[in-house]
Amino acid sequence: MNVMRKLDLKPERAGRARRFAALVRKESYQVVRDPSSILIAFVLPMILLFLFGYGVSLDTTRTRVALVIEEATPLTRDLAASFEASRYFSVVNGRDRREFEDDLVLGRVRGILVVPASFTADHAAGRHPTVQVIVDGSDPNTANFVQNYAQGTVANWERQRASEGRSPPPAIAADQRFWFNPELTSRNFLVPGSIAIVMTLVGTLLTSLVVAREWERGTMEAMMATPVSAAELLAGKLLPYFILGLTSMTLCVLIAVFLFGVPFRGSIAALYALSATFLMPALGQGLLISAATKNQFLASQLALISAFLPAFLLSGFLFEINSMPTVIQWITYIVPARYLIPSLQTVFLAGDIWPMFARSIAVMFLIGCIFFALAARSTKKRIG
Amino acid sequence: MPTPRTEIDAAPFVRLSAVTKRFGAASPALDAIEGVILGGRITGLVGPDGAGKTTLIRLMTGLMLADEGTVEVLGYDTRRDPGAIQAAIGYMPQRFGLYEDLTVQENLDLYADLRGLPKTERGRTFAELLEFTDLARFTARLAGKLSGGMKQKLGLACALLRKPRLLLLDEPGVGVDPISRRDLWKMVENLTAEGIGVVWSTAYLEEAEACDHVFLLNQGRLLFSGPPQEMTGRVEDRVFRLSGVDGRRRDRLARLLDQDGVIDGVIQGEAIRLVMKPGLPPPTLGTDDGAAPARASVTPPRFEDAFVDMLGGGPGGRSRLAETQRAFTEEAGRPVIEARGLTKRFGDFTAADSITFDIPRGEIFGLLGPNGAGKSTTFKMLCGLLKPSAGEGRVAGFDLRRDAAEARNRLGYMAQKFSLYGDLNVIQNLNFFAGVYGLSGARKRERIDLMTEIFDFRSIHDMSAKDLPLGLKQRLALASAVLHEPEVLFLDEPTSGVDPITRREFWTHINGLVEKGVTVLVTTHFMDEAEYCDRISLIYRGRSIALGSPDEMKARVASNDLPDPTMEDAFVALVQDSEAKEAA
Repeated sequence: MNVMRKLDLKPERAGRARRFAALVRKESYQVVRDPSSILIAFVLPMILLFLFGYGVSLDTTRTRVALVIEEATPLTRDLAASFEASRYFSVVNGRDRREFEDDLVLGRVRGILVVPASFTADHAAGRHPTVQVIVDGSDPNTANFVQNYAQGTVANWERQRASEGRSPPPAIAADQRFWFNPELTSRNFLVPGSIAIVMTLVGTLLTSLVVAREWERGTMEAMMATPVSAAELLAGKLLPYFILGLTSMTLCVLIAVFLFGVPFRGSIAALYALSATFLMPALGQGLLISAATKNQFLASQLALISAFLPAFLLSGFLFEINSMPTVIQWITYIVPARYLIPSLQTVFLAGDIWPMFARSIAVMFLIGCIFFALAARSTKKRIG
Repeated sequence: MPTPRTEIDAAPFVRLSAVTKRFGAASPALDAIEGVILGGRITGLVGPDGAGKTTLIRLMTGLMLADEGTVEVLGYDTRRDPGAIQAAIGYMPQRFGLYEDLTVQENLDLYADLRGLPKTERGRTFAELLEFTDLARFTARLAGKLSGGMKQKLGLACALLRKPRLLLLDEPGVGVDPISRRDLWKMVENLTAEGIGVVWSTAYLEEAEACDHVFLLNQGRLLFSGPPQEMTGRVEDRVFRLSGVDGRRRDRLARLLDQDGVIDGVIQGEAIRLVMKPGLPPPTLGTDDGAAPARASVTPPRFEDAFVDMLGGGPGGRSRLAETQRAFTEEAGRPVIEARGLTKRFGDFTAADSITFDIPRGEIFGLLGPNGAGKSTTFKMLCGLLKPSAGEGRVAGFDLRRDAAEARNRLGYMAQKFSLYGDLNVIQNLNFFAGVYGLSGARKRERIDLMTEIFDFRSIHDMSAKDLPLGLKQRLALASAVLHEPEVLFLDEPTSGVDPITRREFWTHINGLVEKGVTVLVTTHFMDEAEYCDRISLIYRGRSIALGSPDEMKARVASNDLPDPTMEDAFVALVQDSEAKEAA
């Protein structure tokens, strides 16, 4: 018997190749014909991209604030004019802060800027005049923003007066400059990040769904009763979704660059090297989930909670990892998207920084290997 | 060196030695099964749902391992050599294992590649199989768009691509119309002529009669192994048909079942079918109350008769449920259930096409037909769950378009698969359904207590419904449907998959309720069960192709070749008739 097997090695290898090709072909037909995979691989990414390209913006423009001038003088009027000209604020004027207290509580204005009665006198005396900023601390993002930009506006105003020789120069002139994203457009950050989210969707969610579907429809059982091996089954699933993931990513990049005008300063090689490596842990996790459950509903829940949400929340995509509690920061180390997102942002906005990419690729590869090892261990040609 | 054929045939294809399989802590799914399956014949794995049929087939494929004992298939141990087994068998799982979004040809190609069918042999093999299954015209059609019968044939074709030595078919006949089932049977019979071993699992006991060898399973135990004739032979000359029954035959049956010496009895059209203890003559009816005596004649035994006999006989004829039920005697003046041209269209598909019938009080009316024929659609329109596209329906005098809620208050509904709340326990389920049907206070308590007593729920009152064995689920579903003493009962596949004893008990209750004037509408695809009805409507492809009593239907198709047709014979003949008419 053993001798026979050895002699049959060659046809066996050919059979393996043929089985693999058949599985890949089958899977590809299904992807093309199944509206739900098109939905997850192409429509959902578009929606996400447009949401982050147009809908969500971390920049705030034209925030409504109240400007209280307690004493009207040419100097304070000049300052007021400078606030009104600011592209960050839309200003409501008043003479007493109490007029606006309710508005602030109700969110009708986001801040109250009080130019005190002493402002002109202080200025004339050469003392540094102050503007009081009252903000709603329960909305810290906006509060910070109002505070910073109000300070900036005042600083600009002082600088401008100094340059025109109407005021003494300010003691310290802090000049802010942002590298790589000079306009600080959050879209330029979010769109590369959302590409990672999209690949998580295709790699993990879609893959775990299609395997669970085979169990539910009873096709998995029929396949297992053929000479196909568990490894062939897994590989036959991986390749089509690997390609689908890269296709979906390419589409996203084209939209990002040509529609949203996100700069692309790195190389295409770096983009594909990073994305392809990222798909390893994503697909591996998808397979692991499908080994754990044979039910589509459960698989989608597991994929959303264990892959999609971490990629969203724990990757530095929306929230700064440095400002997370230490324990959460540790957790982020096992989130593959954490390594992809900064690298992708670099590819888009800065260019190729290979030492950084090499590190990301190495870590993602490692996590991918672990997922694959676990998935291969738990996938058996067995039922129940 | 090829082994001589005779030697292969002599060796058993499957050898089961003390095979035991457990899932969790419950009693074993298979308990010390012993047996041998030979090539060149059809071996039936027969038994109700949950008997262990699917588990046993999976053990033979090597996809599942036994906890104890060994399974040897084609000389290989399933534990050590599953690969060798999988290369040599064909397996069709319950839902045929087809990819619905692939075409017929693509499914064939896929399985040909997976099974390693050489390219040179493909043209011939495909042509042969497509011819054999009559699917040649449909190669470009998506498998999902095939009818149940066609899917079944394609599933078989995929399992046969590389001529297997052993073919395992898991419930291939479920939900498929009898004509396709007969076609499939013929195909499989042809295969056995070539020496292929076939395992055919089924819950239909009439299929067992056609097998060469039968393994009868019940609750994981092997009750019988041998030719089906040996099984039916055990009740030979003990099965009688009482015809010309004077008076109400359901009432007669109930009393007969309580007599000594009567093992089993069912309604069979106008007659009563009885199984007696060995050596006892059939009881004479009518001596005690002056009614005319019935004619008793010996009739050929069925597998089901022998099965019930083996299980120790039926449950007796008394229904406490019926005894406590108030009677509906008042003449309504019009039928209790009326369907007038009921039609339901989904897009361009007509699921039910002008279905018309009347059901008078105290009648059992059956809708008979394969899955997807339109039974459930008709059913749902009549209980107001689905709005008809055309036509009207009335229940207890209420128009379903206007007074659906009123109508529903008067009917009890037992849905397919016994729609209970799996996470609620028995008493919580009863409480819930009592609430839904508007019972409250003392009456609610009284009815629930009564049901608990009648159906013997006390010992299981705190078990979750989902953990109940199938038979108890069915009891609980019936109890929930009759809590409010409805005058109309709707039963959708009420005995699907349950063992014959549970089925007997169920029908004893239904028969009793009907004697009290309850009107019953039942759907079924069990041909035997159709004979418990007073009248049936044969539903096929959305239309009612015949309406009448079971005896009338059988009489319509009786011929010289087939003087005593079964209900299935009648069904097949009537469908072929209607198709011929359509073609003309």
